[in-house]
Formats: sequence, structure tokens, C-alpha cells
Amino acid sequence: MKMQQLWISAFLIAASLVAAFPLLWMLSMSFMPEAEANAFPARLFPHDPTLANYAELFAHQRMGRFLFNSLLVASLATILSLAFNVTAGYAFAKLHFRGREKLFRFLLAVVVIPGQLTMLPLFFQLKTLGLLNSYAGVVVPFMTSLFGIFLVRQYALGLPDEMLQAARVDGASEWQIFRKIVLPNLSPIIVTLGVFTFLAAWNDFLWPLIVLSDDHNYTLPLAIASLSQEHIQDSGMVMACATVTIAPVILLFLALQRHYVRGLLAGSVKG
Amino acid sequence: MTTVRALMRVISPGHVFVAPAMCVLSVFFLMPVLGALVMSFTDFDIYALADLKNLRFIWLGNYINLLQTPLFWKAFGNTCYFALVGAPLSILVSLVMAMALNVPGVGLKALYRTALFAPYVATLVAAAVIWRYMLDAQYGWLNQFLIVIGLHPIDWLGNPRFSMPAIILFSVWKNFGYNMLILLAALQRIPDDLYEAARVDGAGAWARFIHVTLPGLTPVLWMVALLTIAGYFQLFAEPYVMTQGGPAQSTVSLLYFMYEDGFKWWNLGHASATAFILFAVLMGLSFLRPKSEEVFV
Repeated sequence: MKMQQLWISAFLIAASLVAAFPLLWMLSMSFMPEAEANAFPARLFPHDPTLANYAELFAHQRMGRFLFNSLLVASLATILSLAFNVTAGYAFAKLHFRGREKLFRFLLAVVVIPGQLTMLPLFFQLKTLGLLNSYAGVVVPFMTSLFGIFLVRQYALGLPDEMLQAARVDGASEWQIFRKIVLPNLSPIIVTLGVFTFLAAWNDFLWPLIVLSDDHNYTLPLAIASLSQEHIQDSGMVMACATVTIAPVILLFLALQRHYVRGLLAGSVKG
Repeated sequence: MTTVRALMRVISPGHVFVAPAMCVLSVFFLMPVLGALVMSFTDFDIYALADLKNLRFIWLGNYINLLQTPLFWKAFGNTCYFALVGAPLSILVSLVMAMALNVPGVGLKALYRTALFAPYVATLVAAAVIWRYMLDAQYGWLNQFLIVIGLHPIDWLGNPRFSMPAIILFSVWKNFGYNMLILLAALQRIPDDLYEAARVDGAGAWARFIHVTLPGLTPVLWMVALLTIAGYFQLFAEPYVMTQGGPAQSTVSLLYFMYEDGFKWWNLGHASATAFILFAVLMGLSFLRPKSEEVFV
């Protein structure tokens, strides 16, 4: 038995190293001077670590601008997604209104439609609205999410009706109940949905690629895609750009891991 | 009773709470879905984009044309290859890792779990860029490894025979963490008594896996398989970043084909037809899902 656990531990250590290796190598290489990054055979660690790659990125490759774009787009997406989905999810769980069941069954039916189906007409729609090449255009598909509505509804179903009823008897309006009682009680699932939306918006590639034509508005994934085409031989700098793109989401995940995994598992049970 | 009914007929707070989300959903999701269907029956192109007066209905013309386009079939085949090989492979890795993480008495599990899950969180495009270097024919670590174990290096992204396997390898690394966590949660729900009973009956490790673990996982495995295959059918960023669909169009996926068709050549009507065919495939997949009763038998 003891022996078996030792083997499993060794296996898990090896697997973890393999899984983390590309990310660790990215980090290590981002500190290598150009000659070391391009050395053959490839090196694991910088002999002479430097911040030159980062300095070059921020000074001459507009990395600060791209970082700002990504932060803005992901934050906007998160705030809007929470505003729309939390109110709707709560209403589907706890407020009675005409057509609720029908509407909810309709949402369950359309959840199978992949977002890619909407891209071509949505592009034309945004062109008509003059939102192409804007932050708003990138954010639009994130504003509502059926997954988000289902996630919040599922969680809100667990709120005790007596609590809401007591507030109603005391004469509180539905809006007051939502703000003062419901929101605080939903805070765990709000964090979950927030992390999910932020990561999805930060990591998204295809939609921003379609909407953004002016590279001034590029988010980080677009920036690294184009940087890696133009500067494939400047591997140290490309790796620094990858680090700037990946590090924030990894750190966010590490900080809010518990909340993220809750959403992941809830989403899978819904399936 | 009638007064209650009359009251119910006027707008209630619930309507006000769902209205904003439903409006956004209608305008930016449902309308485009219908739009895509209409578009796929038209010759929507760059002239129609400039002025809708140039739009003509050609009904099934786009679909008929697509079925006669070799690159469409190439993309369809590539996507099936990627999904039908990549998804099972990634689920297998997820299952092995989940089972290892579920062995009692192994320390530091939280650390391993985080390390194994990290690739899933990492930005897809940036990870694909890193893997271009990992897979480099000369400098890449993968080939260094092959040389160490006595094999010939492979021109992963430059050889049409190996480009799709390389992308599958990358995707398995990138995605297995997600299903690993779902399967781990499912494994933890299998009661210990079942294993204990099997042990008492003299079942070895393999027999316990076949008779206790697998039946306990079946419903979750079905769901994981369908969702993963559906996800893999939406391959795009990997070929865009790593191979630009090449070499010899060996990594052009349906979505990549749709993107180039629609946003490079501005054949939006034609591309909508591709999008609908992809949608039909995904719908077909979702019908494969067995009724839950069947699964539990």
C-alpha cells in the first residue's frame, strides 16, 4: 500500500512538471537576453537574467496599451455580465411572473446554439450600429450568458423564501429586497460568475479578431498573435509578451480557485 | 381568485428583472441566429455589406456550392480527425489524472491539481505561441526529447502528416485539466463501501475499475464526451496561430474555413452556410445523448 502511494506521488510529480513545463519555460525565457533565448540547444534557465524583453515590449511594442485594452474589455464584460445575468437568474429562481416557465424552457432549448453561429450577422449588425473596431463591439457577446443565468438561478433557488417574504411583509420593495438581502446572499456565486466572465473575455480570440481592425485597440491575445508572426525570431520578447498575457489570469485563478472550480462543476452538472 | 388573476396580468417585478437580459439576448443572440439562417440563403458579400440593395436570395445555392467545394470537405475531415481523435485522447488523460488524484493517502494533492489545471486557465493563443517553440523542428523540446529516447526528430508543424497530431497533442495538454476536475468530483461521489464490498469479494484493482469505477462514472463520462467532442469541433485559434491552416491545408478546420471565407474574402452568405452545417453537426451530437435511465441500468 505504502509502495503504491509512492508510485502515484512520483507519477503526479512527473505529470505536474510536464503540464507546467511550457508555462515555466515561457517565464524563464522571458528573462533571457536575445542571444541566450536563441541559443542552440535551447536553454532552461537564463545565465544572465534581464528585463530587457519587457522593457522593449512596453517601450516600443505598445504593450501598455494592449494591457490596458484587455483590462478594460474584460472588466466591462464582467460588470455588464453580472448586471444582466444576476438579476435575470434571481428572477427565474425566486420571482413569480407570467410566462416564467415557458421562457425558461425556451432558454434551455437555445443553449445548444453555438456562439459562432451568430458571428457573421452580428458583425453586420455592429457595422450598422457603428460599433465595429470599438471596445463595446468586443464586449457585446459577453453581456448576457445563458450559462450565467442558469448558474445564478441554481444558486438562488437555495435562498429561503421565508427570508424574502418577511422583507415583503415589512414593506420592502422588490428592488430593496434584491439589493439589501439577495445580493449579499448571492455573493459567492457572483464572484464565481465574475471570474468566469473575466477569464473568458480576457482569453477570447476569434471575436475580437473579427471586430477589431485597428491594432491600437488590440487585446493581448491579438497582440501576441501578431507579434509572434512578425517577430518569431525574437523569442525572448515573444515569451515576455506571452507572460504578460497569461500571468494575470493564472494569478486571478490562484486567488479565486475555489470560486472558479465551483462554477466549473456547476456547469458540468447542468450539462 | 379572479382579482389575483387580473393582478397577475399586469407586469410584475419579475418581468422587470428579466427584461434587460432578455432584450440583450434577443438583439445580440437570437436575432443574429435568425440572421445567420437568412444570410445563408443569400449571396451576402462585400457589396451587400456596403449596401443591402445588392443582396440576392439564392436559397440553397450556398449549401450546394459548399458541398462541391473540396476545401470545405478537407476542413470537415480535418475537424472530424481533430475531434474524434483529440477528444477521446484528452478524456483518457483526464481520467488517468483524476484517478491518480483520487488515491487516498497521497500528499500535496492540491499542489498537483493546481499545476495540472494551469494549462486550462492559460490564454489559448499565448499557449499556442509557446508551443510553436516547443514543437520547433530544430530547437523544440519535443524533438530534443525524441532524440534522447533514440527517435528521429519530427518536423511537427511543417509536415502535413504530423501537423494535426501536433495540434492534438497541444490541445490535450491545454484542455485535459477541465475534465480532470469534473471526473475527480464524480470519482469522489462513488461510495467507498462499493470498493470495500468488491475487495471483500476478491476483486483486484482492474476488476474494481471495471465493475465499480466505470459504472459509477458512466453518466458523467457520456456528458463529458459529448461536451468535449462538441468543443473540439470548434477548433480555430490553434491552427490560426500555429500553422495558418497549413501545411497543405492539413489543419484547416471548419471554423477556420468559415473565418477566412467570411472575414477574409467577405463571402458572408457562403460562410453562414458553413456555420449552419457546423451547428447541424453539433445538434446531431446532442441527440446522441442517452436518456439518463438507460445510463444507470
